[in-house]
Amino acid sequence: MSVTISSKRLRREFVRKVKELSGQNLQLCYQCGMCSGNCPAASNMDVSPRQIIELARLGLEEEIAKSKTVWICASCLACTVNCPRGFDLSRMMEAIRLLTLRKNLDHVRPEDISPQERCELPQIAMVSGFRKFTC
Amino acid sequence: MSVKEKKRNPVETATNEQKQVAAGLISVYIMGKRYEVPEGFTIMKAMEYAGYKFIRGCGCRGGTCGACGTVYRKPGDYKIQVALACQKTVEPDMYIAQIPFFPANRASYEFSKLTSAPEEIFKLYPELFRCVACNACSKACPQGIEVMDAISALKRGDISEAARLSFECIQCGLCTSRCFGELAQYHMFQLARRIYGARVLPRAEHLTDMVKAVSEGRYEAILEKLKNTKEDELKKLYQEREMEPVSAGEDWKPKDGKSLWEAR
Amino acid sequence: MSLAYYPGCTLKTRARNLEEPAVASLEALGFELEEISRWNCCGAAYSLAEDDLIHQVAPVRNLIRAKELGKSELVTLCAVCLNTLKRANLLMGEDAEKRNTINSFMDEELDYDGGVKVVHLLEVLRDEIGWETLAQKVKLPLRDLRVAPYYGCTLLRPRDVAIDSEESPVILRKFLESLGAIPVDFPEFARCCGSYQVMSDPDGISEYARTILGSASSHGAEALVLTCPLCDYNLGLGQKQLMKKYSEFRAMPLFYFTQLLALALGLGPEVCHFELNHGAPEALLREKKLLP
Repeated sequence: MSVTISSKRLRREFVRKVKELSGQNLQLCYQCGMCSGNCPAASNMDVSPRQIIELARLGLEEEIAKSKTVWICASCLACTVNCPRGFDLSRMMEAIRLLTLRKNLDHVRPEDISPQERCELPQIAMVSGFRKFTC
Repeated sequence: MSVKEKKRNPVETATNEQKQVAAGLISVYIMGKRYEVPEGFTIMKAMEYAGYKFIRGCGCRGGTCGACGTVYRKPGDYKIQVALACQKTVEPDMYIAQIPFFPANRASYEFSKLTSAPEEIFKLYPELFRCVACNACSKACPQGIEVMDAISALKRGDISEAARLSFECIQCGLCTSRCFGELAQYHMFQLARRIYGARVLPRAEHLTDMVKAVSEGRYEAILEKLKNTKEDELKKLYQEREMEPVSAGEDWKPKDGKSLWEAR
Repeated sequence: MSLAYYPGCTLKTRARNLEEPAVASLEALGFELEEISRWNCCGAAYSLAEDDLIHQVAPVRNLIRAKELGKSELVTLCAVCLNTLKRANLLMGEDAEKRNTINSFMDEELDYDGGVKVVHLLEVLRDEIGWETLAQKVKLPLRDLRVAPYYGCTLLRPRDVAIDSEESPVILRKFLESLGAIPVDFPEFARCCGSYQVMSDPDGISEYARTILGSASSHGAEALVLTCPLCDYNLGLGQKQLMKKYSEFRAMPLFYFTQLLALALGLGPEVCHFELNHGAPEALLREKKLLP
């Protein structure tokens, strides 16, 4: 993956909000890739967990918005417990999801779930799904 | 504090009639504008007194139809209060706005095809699961219903409990206006009560018997006799009819019901 | 002895086969599960954002319900409920600023400071009953039943709420051994089932299931034991998808730990509700002579 880094593309406000919402120090990460290695969904992600941290601290909001990665994360915390730097990536993923959801943009809309699925899905799936994909 | 002390600035444009009752006037703010209205009036009467004419937001005037949901605040109090405009009397310096209608998602369904399974509600109202248990709904209910508890019951699939808890709901929609999760609680509850009434509650056997007796024509003779009774005689029968005493017990039966019992 | 009990929504519908055998088993072990009143959904997915306190309100209310009953412990069966309640509890105990904000928002409730201990039923079995005592109460040992202990995410992560070691947990292994079953360790014991992703990408769930079930199966397991209705749903759905995709794929029975407990305590299949299980569990149990 190649991205262009420049001060013009840096979204300082985005970085500030990600830090504030996640409560994480983005500079802790030294890009070892343990998160990507432990992530059960990394193979489905267009941008790996390790890369998403780098994009976030470079303030490349547009690159992150183009990627599906934060929406594939299941908050399983395999990254969190294995990080040698104590960086909680699950909280950063949540912060980025919320920055989109809080613009009143749902990732999954209740009305788009088929009536059959609504009958089959257990309550625990719908509650957690709406928590993570709607705002 | 007396009402007189509260009355600070009499409205300059008051009519003579208003001036006559000025001693009993208090000021309230209706949609942000101050009005002097008679003390003891309900919010609804006060709004009419102030010149509002209701074509919506007013129904039974008896606290049961749910058309006149109203929110208000009192000075110095951060809390939002709710009431039915036809029930609540005005208080000095109330800030009042009516919410007679609030847009709410109402699912359409063919009731005859619904079962008593909780999934029926999950299917029609999946947004049920967006509830965060903030309890703003219960605080906004003018009927004092524990709305959040009833929603919790629905989430765990307990339609009977939701129907029981929401029994006093008059569909005013104030819960929905305050909901963080954008739920239409009152429509969900109505569906729950419908399912409960039609699919969960045991059928009343005596009603079945009665319907059967009627459909078999067992009351035809009595009705025919009544139809052929002269008007004067009917009036006399009506005036002399036996009334159920207020203190009657459950086993009370009319003395002159012989022909009815025999028919059944 | 009476234990304050928080069931969770799904245990009242789809996962009755998690709750009912637990209630019966505890009765047989001399405990009573006392369901707290006016409980609401725990929220299922713990909120990870610093400013998102509104989503902490639901689990905290349930902890307050336990406090109102004068209980110092609250027992759960569902791994997700455990996780959400326990993390919210930790927040209320450790973060004074957030605690004050949440308490003052819920001005109609008692103030709460994290005083109720949230425990999973497996911990009750381990710490209050003990594996040896449990083994002595077993009437129908689950002999020859080779079961893979599947923890999923929420029993073990994050570490501060884990019921056992995150890297090498033994609680389910000890549990299975006490019941006379053969625990089959496998490397994917804590791999995510896909969780709430089933709402976003239901077809993608089969990949999670393939890794987990494939690993359990290749290590010699005949069944999987689990503690979470979302794992159960996702693995069950994943199996269905895999059977359609690959003709050679064979579904594996998925059991809730409470079903195996009730069965071993001799409480009979009536309380277990095997009809709600995925992967034809009754055939396997009959083969092992654990069902008539």
